[in-house]
Formats: sequence, C-alpha cells, structure tokens
Amino acid sequence: MDLEKLQKKLIAAAKLSPPSDRVPYAFEKRIMARLTAPLHVDEWSLCGRWLWRAVTPCMSVMAALGVWVLATMHPEPESQNLEQAIENTLLSSDDVAGE
Amino acid sequence: MEPSDTELIAAVRKGDVSQFEPLIARYQPRVFATARRYARREDEIQDIVQEVFIKAFQKLDSFRAEAPFEHWLMRLAVRTCYDFLRAHQRNRETTLTDLSDPEVDWLERFAASPEDNSKNTDAARALIERVMAQLSPEARLVITLLEIEDRSVKEIALLTGWSVPLVKVRAFRARAQMKKILETLTKGKYL
Repeated sequence: MDLEKLQKKLIAAAKLSPPSDRVPYAFEKRIMARLTAPLHVDEWSLCGRWLWRAVTPCMSVMAALGVWVLATMHPEPESQNLEQAIENTLLSSDDVAGE
Repeated sequence: MEPSDTELIAAVRKGDVSQFEPLIARYQPRVFATARRYARREDEIQDIVQEVFIKAFQKLDSFRAEAPFEHWLMRLAVRTCYDFLRAHQRNRETTLTDLSDPEVDWLERFAASPEDNSKNTDAARALIERVMAQLSPEARLVITLLEIEDRSVKEIALLTGWSVPLVKVRAFRARAQMKKILETLTKGKYL
C-alpha cells in the first residue's frame, strides 16, 4: 500500500471537516464567574503549605549546626591501649574493695 | 458601535473586570474550534477553553499590542492545547487494533484503488483521528498546524514558541512517526 498517498488522503479528509466552533450556552458567563468569584482561603491548607516550605530551610539549618558542632568538638585524649583500659575497668571494683 | 479590543483591554487593565466578558464572547468560537482539534471529550474541551481565558486574563498586562489581541490569544490557546496533550499522552483512549467496520472498509477500498476513495469521508476522518491520537504531543501539534491547518513554519514557530529549525526538525520527525503508525495500521492486512 502506498503510505504516502494514504497519509495525504487522510489529511485531506481532516481538512475537509474543520472542527465546530459551537460554544455552549452562556459559556462566557461561566468564565466571568470564575474570574470574579471571591477568593476562598483555606487556612489549614495554607498553614500546611507554609510548613512544607519551612522543611528545607529547617533541615539546612540543622545540617549546618551539626557540621559546626562536629568541627568544633575537641577529641578526648587517647587512652594507653585497649588491654590496659579493660584491665583498669575490671580491677576497679577490687581497688574500691581494698580501700 | 462595539468597543475595540484595545479599548476593552484598557478598561480591564484599569480594573473594570466586566469588560473582559465581551472579549471572551468575541473570541471563544475560535478558541473552541482550536481546542476541538486536540481534545475529543466536551468536558476536556471546555476545560481547555476556560484555562485559555483565565490565563489571558491573568497575563493581560504582558500583552503589548504589537500584534492583534487575537494572535496573542491564539498563541495562548495553542500552548494550552499542547500542555493538555502532554498531560494526557499516557491515557490515550484509541488504539490501532479495534478499527470499526467502516474504517476497515475504507482501508480495503483504498488498498484496492487508491485513486478512487471519495466515499465515506466519515470513516477517513475517524481513521485520521485514530492516527493523530497515537502521535506524540509535539508530532500531533506540528501535523495539525502544518498539514491540516496549512500554516507556515514561521507561523508555527510564533504560535508554539519553538525556533524555526526546531519546527522543521519536529515536522520531519512527525511525518516519520505518522508513516510508522500507518505502517502498523495496515501491516499484515494490506501491505
């Protein structure tokens, strides 16, 4: 089948029947009613929207504070070694009893 | 004498919202006709037209009167229709497999004698609608404006906001896409 010809025929058929420009009754009134309707404000949705907007800045502040705390924290001096630390912990009760 | 577009627009800009109504009444048939090229259901068509006029009202300050109001409004209408096509491209209702009997008859007659096919243009119209519904939003817009409405590439560029080379590229791709759809439509039966 000649697809080029088929395409031309179908396009010609579409050209032959332009879409209707019929307008529903009083459609302009409907649009005007939409345009002039008083704006109804839903406080809850407004509040929710503001809270969602606040999420990003709050998270950013929290992350920045976290980084700042970690950067300014002084690390504790290293203990001798692990073996010594365990021994001290285990024998601390004996020291207390001996006193 | 009826006030001109410029006078009505000036009044609306000054705050007399009621003067927008004659503008709607004047141009809504054209906007309806445009919307009917891209949407089938009446409720969708009305939604598109309503959106066009609400956008026009909200953006009226950006209208600089360098071109007629009608051109500016039709640009808005075409772009709103394009947005509609993009938003609804996933839920296309028509398929290529469930052709109606008149459509199959039309194709068979065309296959038998491509030159003589003057009968049953309704079937041809239904077929082209089916094909158009399968096109991507860009392709459908370009084919409608370029092939069906016979607009120039420059006009399409103005209406859509695309550059002239982009319109040409999209037109080329749209024709290829349409050919592919027609191939699928007729595959096995008439080729």
